[in-house]
Amino acid sequence: MTREQIKDELKGIIGDYVPEKELLESLSEEHELIGDLKINSAHIVDIVLDIEDKYDIMIEDEAIGKMGTVGESIDIIFQKLDSK
Amino acid sequence: MISPQEIIDKLPYKTPFHFVDELEEVTDKGTVGYYTLKQDEYFFQGHFPGNPVTPGVIIVEIMAQIGLVCLGINLEHNKSNNSDNFVPLFSSTNVDFLKPTYPGDKLKVSSRLIYYRFGKLKCSIECHNLTSDELVCKGEFSGMIVKKDNVEK
Repeated sequence: MTREQIKDELKGIIGDYVPEKELLESLSEEHELIGDLKINSAHIVDIVLDIEDKYDIMIEDEAIGKMGTVGESIDIIFQKLDSK
Repeated sequence: MISPQEIIDKLPYKTPFHFVDELEEVTDKGTVGYYTLKQDEYFFQGHFPGNPVTPGVIIVEIMAQIGLVCLGINLEHNKSNNSDNFVPLFSSTNVDFLKPTYPGDKLKVSSRLIYYRFGKLKCSIECHNLTSDELVCKGEFSGMIVKKDNVEK
């Protein structure tokens, strides 16, 4: 799986929780989930659970704190997929 | 283990915003509890004058206190053995209101855990009116349990 594929899939997952959908059109790896995409912080947990389901991986408490941006989230997904 | 009465004692709410009379069952999967709407609840004065009907937001609050917060206190206590320094924050709900409720009605609230992870608790909760034997409201509730020091003012 390429980074670009994961980013596209992630876009589908976070799309449900982004209040202003036009922000998704120019989604970049630098975008912060809460700061830039304006996702309610309580929904980060739902996003993580959706990611776990989609990739059949387990994300622990320490990792969720490192998922500040789209790029960092992709990094975590890759790490977990690698260690499967 | 923390007893149902200890959980009620730990609730941060006070009269006239304390909506748990009794907790019948508390496990790590859900709660069952009761609240009877008093004839002189403050909100009946204005909702509506001469025609008291329980506001939907109050039904949601009763369901959240019994189903979400009591369960959250239990789960947090079992995890850290300390549930004193935490405050519940209601983050979202999606409910259907099916029937109205009136002064004197006894409500039974049952919750079922969907998940409790990363400090976020999500439950499916139903509220039954035992006086009329009707399902009043059902839906999904989510909240965060956060340390008091981390709450942004």
